[in-house]
Amino acid sequence: MSEQKNPLLSVRGVETYYGNIVALRGVDMDVHRGEIVTMIGANGAGKSTLMMTICGDPRARNGQIVYDGVDITQMPTHEIVSLGIAQSPEGRRIFPRMTVMENLQMGAALVDPEFFDEDLAKVFKLFPRLKERISQRGGTLSGGEQQMLAIARALMSRPKLLLLDEPSLGLAPLIVKQIFDAIRELNEKEGLTVFLVEQNAFHALKLAHRGYVMVNGNVTMSGTGAELLKKEEVRAAYLEGGRH
Amino acid sequence: MAMNGSNKAVGTQPADPNSFAASVKDAATAGFLVAVLGFFFIGVRTDIAPGGLDLKMRWGAWIVSILVVFAGRLLLNLFVFKTNSPITQKFASSMPGNGRFAGAGKWMMRALFAFALILPFFFITFFPNKDRQFIDLAILIMTYIMLGWGLNIVVGLAGLLDLGYVAFYAVGAYSFALLAQYLDIGFWFALPLAGILAACWGIVLGFPVLRLRGDYLAIVTLAFGEIIRVVLLNWYEFTNGPDGISGIPKPTFFGLELKRGEGGFADFFGIAYDPIQRFIFLYYIIFVLALITNFVTMRLRRLPIGRAWEALREDEIACRSLGINTRNTKLTAFSIGAMFGGFAGSFFATRQGFISPESFTFLESAIILAIVVLGGLGSQIGVVIASIVMIGGIELLRNLGFLQQIFGSGFDPVQYRMLIFGLAMVLIMVWKPRGLISTREPSVALKEKKRIGADMVAQGEGH
Repeated sequence: MSEQKNPLLSVRGVETYYGNIVALRGVDMDVHRGEIVTMIGANGAGKSTLMMTICGDPRARNGQIVYDGVDITQMPTHEIVSLGIAQSPEGRRIFPRMTVMENLQMGAALVDPEFFDEDLAKVFKLFPRLKERISQRGGTLSGGEQQMLAIARALMSRPKLLLLDEPSLGLAPLIVKQIFDAIRELNEKEGLTVFLVEQNAFHALKLAHRGYVMVNGNVTMSGTGAELLKKEEVRAAYLEGGRH
Repeated sequence: MAMNGSNKAVGTQPADPNSFAASVKDAATAGFLVAVLGFFFIGVRTDIAPGGLDLKMRWGAWIVSILVVFAGRLLLNLFVFKTNSPITQKFASSMPGNGRFAGAGKWMMRALFAFALILPFFFITFFPNKDRQFIDLAILIMTYIMLGWGLNIVVGLAGLLDLGYVAFYAVGAYSFALLAQYLDIGFWFALPLAGILAACWGIVLGFPVLRLRGDYLAIVTLAFGEIIRVVLLNWYEFTNGPDGISGIPKPTFFGLELKRGEGGFADFFGIAYDPIQRFIFLYYIIFVLALITNFVTMRLRRLPIGRAWEALREDEIACRSLGINTRNTKLTAFSIGAMFGGFAGSFFATRQGFISPESFTFLESAIILAIVVLGGLGSQIGVVIASIVMIGGIELLRNLGFLQQIFGSGFDPVQYRMLIFGLAMVLIMVWKPRGLISTREPSVALKEKKRIGADMVAQGEGH
């Protein structure tokens, strides 16, 4: 996964504000095709803001985001998503009163219906638990199942780039492992490119090919997952005590 | 009282909040409060007398009000508030929508539909003296069902709280009335035009409110409803202002007017003319219009746009992250909901033959919204039940003449309708906070039967 000429997603000098409050202070990062890239950092570092900015909500005030050769910095969200970026947002945000099936249909809203059955079979193979729950309402699922549903829903849009915002949030270690295994499987078998925002630095860095560390809206460190895991600063700030 | 006796026998714990003594004490407190508060409001009355005001004491009314509050509070304490098994629990559990009525609900819907289909003939046969009144009421209820279904798209499915829905009803009614007045256009030609115009106004309203949600949206739609009404009221040269528009033409049956004599409907078919024929005709028009509304809504729910509406109601951010164009989704919900309001409006105009801005006050919006909320947001059959109860309820109050013998000849139950509805609404919201029919029918069912294979169970690894 060494440096390629032409990254799938490239973020250059992106600054994002909430009103007058600065959230991102010029972030640079790349995601290459077939990679799993993770962004770790503490609460409020701006990880989720970066992910939302990539999706165009909020828009970046300065800087440039290029996806697959297209400048998406000022595009509306639904057009960005239609280019092949799927997001599983923070806190899962499944549709609680709709069934699992309907949630998945919503994920496939932009896709030609002829692919639907094939894609459905694929996500059920990845998360068999969802198939059991197919006619259950989303809100009645457990946290882990909801996270699976959120990822499955994002996959239904046939993405080239999958953005995952804290998939381990509030889940038991065993479920986290299941979900991370599924992400690795997607990447290895399907060649799906994944950008993962995580607080669970140990798991995220172990899973990812490359990682970035974000502090106060700045990217302070980057390297391969293994390199970052070894770094003393990373260990001290994000790993000690958080190791499973 | 045996239970209370045993409580006392057990003895030294006066803390039981459900004891009879506690109930009486609580009721006495309420009575005392009324005695204090009501002394000036009820017990003392001022009359204009020569040279100033005359003070009159009304001890009787004061004591009666204290007794009423004491007895009422005591009964509520004994049966609802301070008892281990409130009787209201039974009511709540006997309400439909708890799942076990699912099968019965389907049959009830079919029976209701069959009854609606033959309704005019049912009333002609069984209530020959009151048939016109009953069919007219059925037309009114059907109009509200249609309005409720139209609003259900906006509020129930898309989750956009619209307090100004009556504006589209008014646009539809005035579209037809003005088209008929200025261009001499008939009902059937004006009907689609009214729908289109209302839909356009739906988009006009939709654009400025795209960024708003919840309370803020509600306020803007409320203002929009008032703007339409005030414009209709003040644009005298065009809309005839408060005088309204009269002489709106009646609908024709394939070009045949439903009138007495030569060339009319009855004459053409060689049957005797009866004014009831017009009522039956109007009933079937609104029946078909309402059915179309329901059919379109049910179809749309199964299409991507309908699912997008529901998803929008559930979570707007998730919707956007899935690539749903929330702007267009909201606009379609507003415009399609408004279109059905417009259809219902032009039907209202042709039925009444006369319209004025008086008919399109905020109260109408509130009633339609109440129908949707009481019926259960997003539930089609709930709207039907709520319409029958609410609109039929008002009419029922008109026929309670015997109450005058109890409360005196000046008693008019209709004047209390808002009080009664307020009470009914509070009660329903206490027992069924999500409306009468709160279960949501999924828009897709599985084609294959749900079976949980051993391989899937194993995957759960004991979770």
